[in-house]
Amino acid sequence: MIVCIKQVPDTTDVKIDPEKGTLIREGVPSIVNPFDKNAVEAALKIREEKGGKVTVITMGPPQAVDALRECLAMGADDAILLSDRAFASSDTWATSYTLAMGIKKVGNPDIIFCGKQAIDGDTAQVGPGIAEHLGLPQVTYVQKIKEVKEDGMIVERSIEGGYEVVSVGMPVMIAVDKSINEPRFPTMMGTMKAHKKEIPTWGLAELGADEDKLGMNGSPTRVKRIFAPERKGQGEMIQGDDESEVCALLIEKLRDKKVV
Amino acid sequence: MAVKIIAEECIGCESCIDACPFPGAIVMDDGIAKLTDKCNGCGACADACAVEAILVEETEVKSGIDINDYKGVWVFIEQRDNHIANVSLELICEGRKLANELGTELAGVVLGDGVEELTKYCFAYGADKAYLVDGPVFKDYRTDSYTDVIVEMINRYKPEVVLFGATNNGRDFAARIAVRVHAGLTADCTELGIDPETKQLMQTRPAFGGNIMATIICPNHRPQMATVRPKVMKKVEPDFTKTGEIIRVENSVKEEDVTTKILEIIEHATKMINLSEAEIIVSGGRGIGGPENYYLIENLAEVLGGAAGASRAAVDAGWVPHYRQVGQTGKTVAPKLYVACGISGAIQHLAGMQTSDVIVAINKDPEAPIFKVATFGIVGDIHKVVPLLTKKFKELKEAN
Repeated sequence: MIVCIKQVPDTTDVKIDPEKGTLIREGVPSIVNPFDKNAVEAALKIREEKGGKVTVITMGPPQAVDALRECLAMGADDAILLSDRAFASSDTWATSYTLAMGIKKVGNPDIIFCGKQAIDGDTAQVGPGIAEHLGLPQVTYVQKIKEVKEDGMIVERSIEGGYEVVSVGMPVMIAVDKSINEPRFPTMMGTMKAHKKEIPTWGLAELGADEDKLGMNGSPTRVKRIFAPERKGQGEMIQGDDESEVCALLIEKLRDKKVV
Repeated sequence: MAVKIIAEECIGCESCIDACPFPGAIVMDDGIAKLTDKCNGCGACADACAVEAILVEETEVKSGIDINDYKGVWVFIEQRDNHIANVSLELICEGRKLANELGTELAGVVLGDGVEELTKYCFAYGADKAYLVDGPVFKDYRTDSYTDVIVEMINRYKPEVVLFGATNNGRDFAARIAVRVHAGLTADCTELGIDPETKQLMQTRPAFGGNIMATIICPNHRPQMATVRPKVMKKVEPDFTKTGEIIRVENSVKEEDVTTKILEIIEHATKMINLSEAEIIVSGGRGIGGPENYYLIENLAEVLGGAAGASRAAVDAGWVPHYRQVGQTGKTVAPKLYVACGISGAIQHLAGMQTSDVIVAINKDPEAPIFKVATFGIVGDIHKVVPLLTKKFKELKEAN
């Protein structure tokens, strides 16, 4: 099994510069994307039941190695870092191509796990992209793994207003939702082992990738403009002598706005 | 894009640094602005430079296609049990505007089993044409069968823009297609437009949990693809007297080639649970105090004819199931009315609901960040205010 992870800034800690309206990213801690921890946990659970090996892989700058170590500390067996200047400015097309090339080099996994989406970009596009580059089936928004068989699995996939029970062959790419499990914490032993583990870094040369499909060259999209969102003006605080009056005033205002 | 600073022209005013969204991408070196490798090439600095010392050059990317061959705007019509998702109708209306600006045709793309009836909705909301892919193999959305057929269609008919609802199926589908046809795809757009000069689709979306907005373009690849959040685009009144051309698409997809099988579809029992389609949502947070008080939220939601949601804090505490969670790691919603009860307003929650039309916040802490995005705020105890509101709405309803 291979788990794709991403190191992301902790968006709950991102602050806006009130004067410039830009992001202050200095001092924001980097974390393992929360959904990716669910993906690691899902792989570890299957390993406990069925055996096998769990390899975590990420594409990112050299410091992304910290995120890999955290997953090793949770219990993953191996970790690979894909890092090269040639990968810079990748959009989801080029990122999924690069990760797919890395996965190919690792070997032929039965299951590729991804988190549902990363909390910095929220696109949910890289998992399906990897599956497409590798020509594998995919199941996204997986909320439960019901059965893992020799040649396939049965999973629950969340959809608006319910879920579907899906049977899919292996190898397969599974993108997991947060509700699938509760990721374990790294143990002391795990952390020490993770610290000593050697993590290979693969770049353009090691992957044997097509340079036209990497980084900016491989990315069809361009960021044209980045700006601060329009904030709603300070709202109106409703006050009154008691709760009853406040509620009556609110209802009146909502009726004026024709929302109720 | 590549950004260049012409050192001789720079007057060292630092206005580029103020305009730059990426901290550390521009530094002052001996009174002259200099780019570092943190520059992402967005070009925001060039607009801010008063002395035209910053040049933005488009880097040519080979895509191997002639973008002028691509014409027309397509909207993927998502259906379950032959019921159209609302977001698809919203996108027909938005697609109509884009097609008009481009001077091209708008088509709905309908896939399913026995779904010819649905093409009428495409025309009623403004489409000129409908592509119809009908057959038992397309009954339920499945990544493999749907992708195979739509990729054949894209290669044959060459649309310039293809829009999808940012639902679980829409995002799953679009991501797969974009990689296969090497198209650019922008997720979760909240605004679309056409650049009057280049005729490119300008796709605006929130990033970093809604802390910044980014406008994305796709200069050299086609089609230009986007998923769009439900409830953001407005629907027009349908006109069911309108008709249009139906193009029946032959295809080579066979059931035995599709390895994914849907064994069962289970709908959540609670009515109106579909948060992303609800017009009114009442959500509870940590302030509800425990699972035993969640009925307060449900009762208010029920009397308003809306859905009950929750913040991450309430879900993480195990009080409320995850499928009710609103926020970045739950559902993104934009109802007409959002009532936040006992929710402090962490960024991750705001990211999921701040585009709602009217936001009511009820919280006992006057400093809670939720009040910053609220249209109306009440400082008070939700255990008193929420039941009172429920009672008053009920009385109103009965009086009518």
